[in-house]
Parts: sequence; structure tokens; C-alpha cells
Amino acid sequence: MALLEVEGLKVYFHTRNGVVKAVDNVSFSVDSGETLAIVGESGSGKSVTCYSLLDLLPQPPAKIEGGSALFDGEDLLQCDRSSMRHYRANEIAVIFQDPMTSLNPFISIGEQLIEPLIYNPDSDRRKSREDARARAIKLLDEVGIIDPQSRFDSYPHEFSGGMRQRVMIAMALINEPRLLICDEPTTALDVTIQAQILELIKKLQQSHDIAVIFISHDLGVVAGIADKILVMCEGTIRETGDTDTIFYNSKNDYTKKLLAAIPEGAKISPNSKKQDRPLVEVTDLKTYFRHGGKATQHGGIIKAVDGVSLEIQRGEILGLVGESGSGKSTLGRSILQLAPTTAGLVNFDGQPLTGLNAKQMVPWRRKMQMIFQDPYASLNPRMTVYQTLAEPLLYHGLANSKTIEQQIRQLMDDVGLAHGQMRKYPHEFSGGQRQRIAIGRAIATKPELIIADEPVSALDVTIQAQILDLILNLVERHNLTMLFISHDLSVVRCISDRVMVMNKGVIIEQGNTEALWKNPQQAYTQQLLKAIPIADPKLERSRLSGL
Amino acid sequence: MFRFAFYRLLQAIPVLFIVISLTFMLVHSAPGGPFSADKAVPPEVIKALEAQYNLDQPLWQQYVSYVGDVLQGDFGPSFKYPGRDVTELIAAGLPATAELALYAMLVALVIGVSAGVAAAMRPNTAQDYIPMSAAMIGICMPSFLLGPLLVLIFGIHLEWLPVSGWGDIPGDKILPAITLGTGYAAYIARLSRGGMLEVLSQDYIRTARAKGLSEPVVVAKHALRGGLIPVIAFLGPAFAGLLGGSFVVETVFQIPGLGRFYVQAAFNRDYTMILGTTVFFSTLIIIFNLLSDMLAIWLNPKLRQQTQGASL
Amino acid sequence: MTTVEQQGTSLWQDAWIKLSKNYLALFGLVIIGLLCVLSVLTPWIAPYGYEEQNLLLGATSPSSEHWLGTDVFGRDMLTRIMYGGRVSLTVGFIATAVALLIGVLWGAVAGYVGGRLDAMMMRIVDIMYALPFMIFIVLLMVVFGRNILLLFIAIGAVEWLTMARIVRGQVMSLRKQEFVEAAHSLGLSQWTIIRRHIIPNTLGPVIVYTTLTIPSVMLLEAFLSFLGLGIQPPQSSWGLLINYGVETMEEYPWLLIFPGVTLSLTLFALNFLGDGLRDALDPRVSKD
Repeated sequence: MALLEVEGLKVYFHTRNGVVKAVDNVSFSVDSGETLAIVGESGSGKSVTCYSLLDLLPQPPAKIEGGSALFDGEDLLQCDRSSMRHYRANEIAVIFQDPMTSLNPFISIGEQLIEPLIYNPDSDRRKSREDARARAIKLLDEVGIIDPQSRFDSYPHEFSGGMRQRVMIAMALINEPRLLICDEPTTALDVTIQAQILELIKKLQQSHDIAVIFISHDLGVVAGIADKILVMCEGTIRETGDTDTIFYNSKNDYTKKLLAAIPEGAKISPNSKKQDRPLVEVTDLKTYFRHGGKATQHGGIIKAVDGVSLEIQRGEILGLVGESGSGKSTLGRSILQLAPTTAGLVNFDGQPLTGLNAKQMVPWRRKMQMIFQDPYASLNPRMTVYQTLAEPLLYHGLANSKTIEQQIRQLMDDVGLAHGQMRKYPHEFSGGQRQRIAIGRAIATKPELIIADEPVSALDVTIQAQILDLILNLVERHNLTMLFISHDLSVVRCISDRVMVMNKGVIIEQGNTEALWKNPQQAYTQQLLKAIPIADPKLERSRLSGL
Repeated sequence: MFRFAFYRLLQAIPVLFIVISLTFMLVHSAPGGPFSADKAVPPEVIKALEAQYNLDQPLWQQYVSYVGDVLQGDFGPSFKYPGRDVTELIAAGLPATAELALYAMLVALVIGVSAGVAAAMRPNTAQDYIPMSAAMIGICMPSFLLGPLLVLIFGIHLEWLPVSGWGDIPGDKILPAITLGTGYAAYIARLSRGGMLEVLSQDYIRTARAKGLSEPVVVAKHALRGGLIPVIAFLGPAFAGLLGGSFVVETVFQIPGLGRFYVQAAFNRDYTMILGTTVFFSTLIIIFNLLSDMLAIWLNPKLRQQTQGASL
Repeated sequence: MTTVEQQGTSLWQDAWIKLSKNYLALFGLVIIGLLCVLSVLTPWIAPYGYEEQNLLLGATSPSSEHWLGTDVFGRDMLTRIMYGGRVSLTVGFIATAVALLIGVLWGAVAGYVGGRLDAMMMRIVDIMYALPFMIFIVLLMVVFGRNILLLFIAIGAVEWLTMARIVRGQVMSLRKQEFVEAAHSLGLSQWTIIRRHIIPNTLGPVIVYTTLTIPSVMLLEAFLSFLGLGIQPPQSSWGLLINYGVETMEEYPWLLIFPGVTLSLTLFALNFLGDGLRDALDPRVSKD
């Protein structure tokens, strides 16, 4: 008998708009020393499944409608409040997705770490403050926090995201749990940090001999660490099997779709329209901000973009990669003159843009557009699709009242939206559809340059693949030039002709995509490329062991 | 932190200066002097009185000498109570008002916070609806209505509690404190419910529960501090409101406090008294705003360190 | 592809649907509507004249001739409450309008322009917050006489501060939203962006706060009138009626209770409506 055996779990949400079957008849098991990955897109019920085991769902609206979850023979779904506390404190630990919000900002991390020990429901496992402190410091050391003695009394905001996730891991392990649930523990982190955290979890699992349930939307991330994989979609299990079978021998259409959607390898068709004639020339561009936006004398200056020179050739897709805080978004906005530049030159089609006022910029605005990351924030919630798409056309005099409707239909065709949805509002669309509307708005004025700032980062992997296809297709058909900004190296690789790597406000390396991938010159680029998880269990395992 | 408090105190000086100047200008631009309203007084008497109160000097001289006196804590003599200083009158009225405000604040905090927290623990149940309905009644039942009604019920009909006075008969402080505190209890209940609901939905509360902490520890240790920050930020304004409310409550219950003095001074055009009490109230309010701000900052480690960082 | 055109539900329609399911808020809306209609029509439908005395009758408890009784001068209470309501509601609406006008303009300019101007404007708001306004209004009333116009201005001048802060916060956060940035990158003029993208998205919180400002303004007026520092006879307001009622409450409690209940009921209605609007217009709720 396995450590945890879940059988026929059903969790329904009773909402105003009816019953949502978040988890419907899910069964799985996991044993000590084993890692089970639960993979699915948003709304698949993967997190709900695990939260229901520990009674962490808000009830109502959630309700466990059936099934059992035997942990060491005891049913977690039936146990009373005090034994649930025992399981939470001593048997099953959870690492949550967002380390920025999962630690209490008002309490020092040391205090938060020792809580499971000093408030332990089982009196024989309860520890004194001193003993608990000693144990916590030892664990902080084990998860790689430098100088744990003095960091013990620090508050969460004094740690970076990756460090906070290490603290979370230490907290999860403090009572030697037998099962560890990791809910997308690396999704909020940069790729190099992700690699470190994954490695740490793997190492600790082996040294502590515990069972792990690893929840992720990313098959690539779980390839190297999972023994078994459970693929979920819309609350049900689509496929379950050992990792190699899922990756190499999947029988299920949905699993195949997920695997196919993983951005991988080089761009399929090399760009035929690329010319060696720059559309955009940027010379020694600098964009500085005052710290905190406050005009104080003492306030430091953030050099978001610190002396960047680049050219974007006509017809190419130039990828710009960097981790959070590298200044890549600011660079994009500075080229479009949406962020005030401090120094340097931006030339568009041979004409200088820097120094133009808002009015002088208007005719140029038509020729350069932007696609944003968050499809929820980039559309005005009070305007219909029609209004959103009509605004650029009418404002730039590209349509009149007779032609406008026809032109909007044409745009909706271009981005793959049904005509019937013309009068709908953004909140009535899914994330992928919203991104299509935003893309429609960007191409409405028939621009020459599009700057796409993380256009697929907020989307599920299957939707991401569709939107990437759409972007490639539009670039080809409308002769667009594109700067494609992303933190995701695999995405950049499969879409860009040329790539630039940005770090701390400067471009540290650039080159043709495949050449750069094969032969990165800079240590930082090498490190970045090495950190990318590979969606191939055998390669990934050897990569992880080589790290 | 101390540096921060010092900066805030420095900022308070211009505010106080504005208060003094504005009040002075308002009072002196009033149509009709202090001695013109009542019965006919011989002109030579008025002259003598004006000389006594420096009213015959040019306005700017009066202003300068007044500011000078205020800085030394001297608000000058009262117009209406000859021979008594405003400072003396304030000192006489302050104890009753301070005590009343303190009790009212206690009523407001104890009832408000416990009702709000209880409601937030089980939203959309009876434990939420009942205290929140009561809070709504408290908000819509102003003190000048609640006070008389309480007097009518508990004082006159049931004869359980005295209907006026302060410290004369045992139990005469109960009704005024409840009258003044109820509205704020209601408001604090709503604030703390909102704050607690916000905090209880945070990820770190889920983390605390997942650690196996008991619900009382989760609420008391993890939720309360963040959840009550809105309440703490409200303490300053609430204090200002309590002073204003004391006008009504001290009038209704005939309590010899500052609020009643102030209202009487307003009716009597007792200029120095109005000026003095206004400046005194303003100073108190500024101090309490400062204290509640500092408390809110001190409770938040991030802000606490930022203000420390600013002082380095 | 379907050719049938689907009609979308705008956020406003969405909010209205939510509001219409909130019975307390609807109740508030109905009461407010009723009060407004009654107030407008008072001179024609009031059962008695405003100054009509009947000294022989004196104070009587409610009867079929005088539904809410009469005061010591034999004046009909229902009539007096209706006329008082005209004043109380007028003060409530006009002073709120003053607060709305100043607050929205101030907050919108500060939030949209940002930088030094914003810092300066908000510093002024901070300083004014620190002033003991209640005391200043009392002072104004004392010094310049109990003038109703002055009362509007004085109360409006207090209440605009919070409105300015709310609008500023809203505008600041909108300015950073990607759809506003998208509008900039389309080259739209400042005014077009404000008109089409900023204002419609600021309206929700403004409506909610306006609804909640009216009761607090009415309360302030009643408070001042109760102290004898607000509305002066021969004009009347609910606060003043309560003041009279308190003087005679031992003998004639209905003279206190009826105006008190009317005031409380109105405050209830406005608060329920405001809470309901807040829930209905809250974008966080409408997302799921």
C-alpha cells in the first residue's frame, strides 16, 4: 500500500452561476521516495486536488462531494479538525507558488519557520523556542541561505524571490514530513533560479526520503524530476503513467497536444523577407528612473536601460531575452517613445524619433505598435471589440463610417475571432481570445514595426502555441518587423531570427538565433541556456545530474 | 523612527501656524465685536474693555502679540468670564472631556474590533450579518439622536441610569460614553471586518493553516496585525471626531467639559476662548494623527525599515 | 464562423444586474427616490401649511388628522418633517456636488499630471486633512452667521479631500494600465485618452463614494443644526427638529422619534445603496 492513495476524489464549486466540477473522479497514489507530477493548464483542477487533501479550500464555495484519500491508511477527507492539524503540521507539507505572497510580511522568517515546532498539535513533537531555533537555522543552512544565524530575524521583504522560496522549502521540511506538495514552486521565478530550486527539491527529497507531489503547468519542468505523471484537464484525469511513457508513448490526444505545444527547437521556416536594411537604429540609448518615482535628492537612480545600441532589420523578428529586472521591457517602451529616454538616439526609417513631442509623434505612432503581456490589463474593460478595433482606424483616418465595419471584420478574420463577437466586452473572452483582440488592435493601423512585450507569458501552453503561430503568420503576411521580448528562452528560440541577451540594462550578447544557441560567448548567456529545462526526460535527467 | 517622528512634528508646525492664523483672521473679521451684541453699554466702558483686551491696537500687533503668547502657552484672558484665563478654563474642562473621550474610545475599540473580527471569521453567516446590521444601525444613528433616546429609555422610563452630570452620581458616565462611542464602534467594526477579510484571503494565511497552526493562532498571530492596520490608521481621525462629538454629548448630558465650553464660547462670541480652544484642539488632533501614523508604521516591518533607512 | 451577432454585456449592465439582485440596495434606491419626489412636491402635497399654527390644539400624539402628531404650537409634524427634508436633502445633494466637483478635478489633475504638481497638490490635501474641520465649520457659522449657502461651501470643502484622494489613486493606477499605454502608442491625444479610457473607468468608485458622501454630509448638517449652529428658523431641517424634539422629549416623545426615524431611515437607505453599488461595481467581484 502506497503512502497516499486517492480514490475517486470529487470537488465541486457551488457558485452563483451554477456548479463547477473542479475535480471530478480523480484517483492516484504516491509512495515514499517517489515523485508524482500533476500537469495541467489553468482550470484543470490540479491545485484544487491537492488543497482538498489538506482541507485548504474555502468551503463554501468548494465542497468535497466524494472519494477518499488514504494517507497511511487514514482517510484525510474524513478526519476531524485536530487530526487534520496533526497531518498538516507533521505529515504533509506544502510549498506554494508565489513566494512573494506566501510568507507573512509582518513576521520575521525565523518566527514563521519555528511555528510548526512550537505550536505543534502533538505534544511529544512540540519543541522549545531554543531547540526550534537551532533546528530552523540548520535547515536554513541546508537550503542554502547564507549566514542563517543573522538572517533568522529578517523579514520576508529583505529576501529575493528565490531566497524566499528557499525559506518556504525549509519551512515545509522543518517537521520531517513524509509527503511534500509543491504547487508550481518555480513558476514565479527566473529561469536560473528555477533551476536551482528544482535541484534543491530533488536533492532534499533524496536525502530525506519523502514522497513528492509536484504540480506544474509545464511538462518541461517536470521531465527531469517526476517518476510518474498525471495529466489533468477540466477536472478529470486524461492520462496517467510513468514519465517516459507519457513523453515517448502517449496514447492520449490531450497529452499529445500538450507535448506538441511545448516551444522547442529552432524556428521551423527561416524568414524569407528579412532584408539587410535597418528599420530601427538605436544608438547608446539610456533610460533612467528616479528610485521610487520620488524627486528626492537622496533617491538613487535606476538605470533601466544603460547605453544600448541595436538595429532591427526590416522583416526580421528580433528576440530580446532577459530575466526580471533586466530592463528589456523598458527598452521596448523607450524605442516606441512611451518611456521618456534620458540620452541616446532612436531612428525609425532613418528619421530621428528622440526629441519629437507628442504631436510630432502622431504620424509615426501609426507605423509602430505594441502588444502587451497581460491580456486582462491591455484592453479597456468598458469598450467592445468593435470600439477597441475602431479606435485606431478612425483616429488615424484609415476608415470612414462606410468601410469601418468591413475593415473590423477583416481584422477579426486576421486574428481568428468570430464576427459574431464584435459587440462583446473583454471580460466575456478568455485570455487567449483577449490577446487576439489586442493583436488585432496592434495591426489595425498596418504598422511596420511591432514590439511584443511578453505576449504569450500569461497564457496556457496550448494557447501560447496558437498565439505564437498567429504572430508568425501575421508577420509573414503583413510584412511586419518585430521586436519580441520574453523571459522564456525556448519561446524566443522558436520565433526569432536573431537574438539579443540583456542583463542589468545592457545588451551583453547578440547573434543569429541558432548560432548563439550553439555557441554562447558570455558566461551569463551560457548559464541562462544551461538552466532551460528540456521537455525530454532522458536529456533532462542527464542535464540535471550535470548541473 | 525617531527621525521620522521628528520630521512629522516639523511638518505639524506650519499646520498649527495656519490654524492659528486662520482662526485669528476669521474671528477678527466677524461682523460686530464681542461687546456689541448685548445690552447697551456706555461707549467709555467699551473703550476701557477694548483697551484691557488690546482690541484698540492695530490688527497685526494683536496678531503678533497673540502668537507670542500662544507660544508660551498663554491663550489670554476670557472675554466672557472676566478675571479668568482661557488656559485656566481649558485646564478646568479638559479632565472631563479627556475621560469621556477615553471611555468612548475604549467602547469603540472593544466592541468594534471584536464585532468586526467575529464577522470576518465567518462571512455571510449569522455571525457576520448580526453584528454588521448592528453596525449599520450604529452608523445611521447619530449621537445627538442616540443620546436623547438612551436618556429617554434608560434614564426616564426605566430609571436605571442617571441622565446628566459627570462624576456626581455613580453610573452617570455610562450613557455619555456609550453615546459617544457607538458610532465609532460601528465604523471600526466595518473597518476591521474589511481589513480582516482582505488579510484572511491572503496566501500567507493559507501557508499558516497548511503548517498546522490552530485557528486562534492563525487569526491572532498572522491575521490580526495586518487586518487591523485600517483601524489603527483610523484612530487619529477618530480622535478628532470624538472631540467634535463631545460638543453634542457634553451638551446633551450637561457635562462640564471642553466641548460644552467651546459651544458656549461660540454662542457668546468669546473670541479668546474660541481661539484658545481651537488651537488646543488642533494641537491634540495633530499629535494623535502623528501617533496613529507612527503606530501603523511601527507595525509594518517594511515601512519601519524604510523610515529607518531614510534616517541614515 | 457564425454570422449571428451576439450582444455583449457591458460592465455597467453587469453591475446593474448585480445591483438588482441586492434587495437592500434596491430598497435604499426606492426610499431615496421616494424621498426626492416627496421633497420636490412638498409645497403641493403637504397636508398643512408650513407655518400653520394651532395654539389651541397644542402638542398632540398621532391621530387621523395629524398622522405624526403636532408640536407645542399645534403645527403638523408630517408637514414640518417634509419641509425639513427638503432642506436636509438639498444640503446633502448640493454640498456633495461641491465636494464632487472640487475633489474629482483636484484628484484627476494630480493623478494624471503626476510628478511635482501631484506631490504639491497632495501635500495640500494632507495639510487640510490635519486641520480640525469640524471646529472650523462651527467657527464659520459663528462668525458669518448661520447662512445656508456658507454651510454648503463649508461642508463641501471638508468632504472633497477624500474624494480627491480616491480619484487620484484611481487615475494613477489607470495611467499605468496597459490599455492606457496602448492608447498612447496609438498616438491618441491626451484629451481623447482621458475622455475614452480614464473617465469611464474612474466613474465606478466616484459613484460609490458620492453615494456614501451624501449621508455623511446630511449627518454633518444635522449635527450643526442640532447644536443650533446650522439651519436657523424659520427654515427647518431634520437636525433642528430633533433639537426641538429633545427639549420636549419627556412629555412628547414622538416629536423626537419621528424626525429621528426619518433621518435614520434616510441614512440607512443611502448607506445600503452605497454598499450595494460598491459590491456591484467592484471589478474584483466581476472577474469571477
